[in-house]
Amino acid sequence: MEGIVLNYTISPDDFTRAGEASSDVKRKLKQLGVSPEAVRKVAIAMYEGEINMVIHANGGEITVEITPERILMILADSGPGIPDVEKAMQAGYSTAPDEVRSLGFGAGMGLPNMKSYTDDLKIETKLGVGTTITMEVRLE
Amino acid sequence: MDKFYHSVRLEEELCKGCINCIKRCPTEAIRVRNGKARINSKFCIDCGECIRVCSHHAKKATYDKLDVMRNWKYTVALPAPALYSQYNNLDDVNIVLNALILMGFDDVFEVSAAAELVSEATREYLTLHEDQYPIISTACPTVVRLIRVRFPNLISHLLPLKPPIEVAATIAARRAMEQTGLPREDIGICFISPCPSKVTYAKAPLGTEKSQVDCVLAIKDVYPQLLSHMKAVGEDMLELSTSGKIGVSWGRSGGEAGGLFTENYLAADGIENVIRVLEDLEDQKFTNLKFVELNACNGGCVGGVLNVENPYVAEVKLKRLRKYMPVARSHMENQEHAEEIVPWTERVSYEPVFNLGENMMESFARLNQVERLCRKFPGLDCGSCGAPTCKALAEDIVRGEASENDCVYYLRENLHRLSEEISILADDLHAGGSGGHETLNILKEYIQRISSEMSLLDNKEDEEDG
Ligand SMILES: Nc1ncnc2c1ncn2[C@@H]1O[C@H](COP(=O)(O)OP(=O)(O)OP(=O)(O)O)[C@@H](O)[C@H]1O
Ligand code: SF4
Ligand SMILES: [Mg+2]
Repeated sequence: MEGIVLNYTISPDDFTRAGEASSDVKRKLKQLGVSPEAVRKVAIAMYEGEINMVIHANGGEITVEITPERILMILADSGPGIPDVEKAMQAGYSTAPDEVRSLGFGAGMGLPNMKSYTDDLKIETKLGVGTTITMEVRLE
Repeated sequence: MDKFYHSVRLEEELCKGCINCIKRCPTEAIRVRNGKARINSKFCIDCGECIRVCSHHAKKATYDKLDVMRNWKYTVALPAPALYSQYNNLDDVNIVLNALILMGFDDVFEVSAAAELVSEATREYLTLHEDQYPIISTACPTVVRLIRVRFPNLISHLLPLKPPIEVAATIAARRAMEQTGLPREDIGICFISPCPSKVTYAKAPLGTEKSQVDCVLAIKDVYPQLLSHMKAVGEDMLELSTSGKIGVSWGRSGGEAGGLFTENYLAADGIENVIRVLEDLEDQKFTNLKFVELNACNGGCVGGVLNVENPYVAEVKLKRLRKYMPVARSHMENQEHAEEIVPWTERVSYEPVFNLGENMMESFARLNQVERLCRKFPGLDCGSCGAPTCKALAEDIVRGEASENDCVYYLRENLHRLSEEISILADDLHAGGSGGHETLNILKEYIQRISSEMSLLDNKEDEEDG
């Protein structure tokens, strides 16, 4: 069966638009009849990734591949890269600036959530070049 | 009862087939087909937005006429708190309640009194169900219906308590039977409603098998009648009110949450805002919230479409009225059988009405088709096709409910393409190319296709005039 590929461009520094891509994916997954639990996981993980691209990486591109077996999310940016991935993955670690914290972000929970709500998470990052995060949620 | 029953209807003769309602419907439930609006009953949540926006008054709510009262030997009026907010300078709710008796009801029972019981039960529920935070209010039937079709992940957060209207109806019916000795079928429980949503609730409730509400009257019908009777209410009026600030406040946004004595709540009103909050709740964007109050109407129930007064003016009146009221006057401990009256007796389950296909295979194929169609359409969301957006038309097409030619731009392009091909063929003929006879036949076929597509356009114009 033909899978579905969705592409989104995430614009930098626009908090009002952050979350548009994950909302669209969520709507489509519901139309496909994907289980509510999987929809929830994808929505939470993708929103965190999307907002990270806005806050930390000057936007980027998201590709979502959906098949009846799994949902693959590839979030690619050309931002600063993550110097210490292990540290970044720790709950509570954040380099978010104050003005972002005042909007309620910066708890350092994004990456840990992305990990716990997906079945697989891979981070490829290079300082000064960018970061590509691949997440997978498997379907029954 | 049909689980997709709804009370918002189209008055066919008045509908001009304009696109106002299709654009405003929050669940994209309306299409204009053959020049008339059609409501998809699976998508409709009875929010009343189309009634508000239709300048031709072609959208109506079904509810009972005042003379329905004659159907029973004994009737009890259940006024919604929003009713009190319709009157100027009302300083005592008892005036309205006594006027209801003068109007012909045998008794009254305030929905706001039942609301105080629900507030108490909610407070208790909150302390026992931390694992279910945030708990979402189920008082507005439109919100429950919306969650049922669109937010499956939030169903487990719904407050499983009956709305005040149902609790009021149950208590009022029991009381009437005890006081009169009449059987249940001789007693009419009449809710005076601010909205079509509660008409739907009374006919096809969620969380309860069958509602105890026997008929629903509109505040806007009762209002003028009551006004004249209110003048006749004298100093000797009966003390009929059994509710206080907490109960009456349920009539406006934030009122229900205000009765829970916690600051960790969110209250949103207006259907678009409600949807945004639900989306965010689903993505777990809020932390430390205990309770979420959601009202489909702007300002809460004072904004219901069957009211007379402007919602914001009504809200001010409600605030003024409650100023000198006691905090609460109805309590669970004084109410017999409260523990069995208040909780839901039936669970609400997900209705995946927005699925594109019957099964996942079909849905995948259809979503791919939708994506392809969307690339073909101009993305103007102009509504001429009768669907609210190009995407909605594409979804209709894959469900087999519309065709590509419903898009006027697509049709126009098709015509252009056909006529270009004709001119190439004609050139070919002119140049004396081989197979002259065959080319002529193809040419004829093209011309026929053009004229049949042109007639599609004519039909569209007829629809718009008609
Ligand atoms: N795409 C990215 N590019 C560069 N750095 C990133 C990227 N994503 C995350 N980081 C770094 O990892 C840190 C942790 O990210 P995480 O999402 O867990 O927390 P946060 O975004 O700071 O706060 P929260 O997500 O709770 O609002 C960030 O503060 C940032 O330094
Ligand atoms: S907010 Fe109140 S008036 Fe409006 S639809 Fe919901 S219950 Fe009815
Ligand atoms: Mg983050």
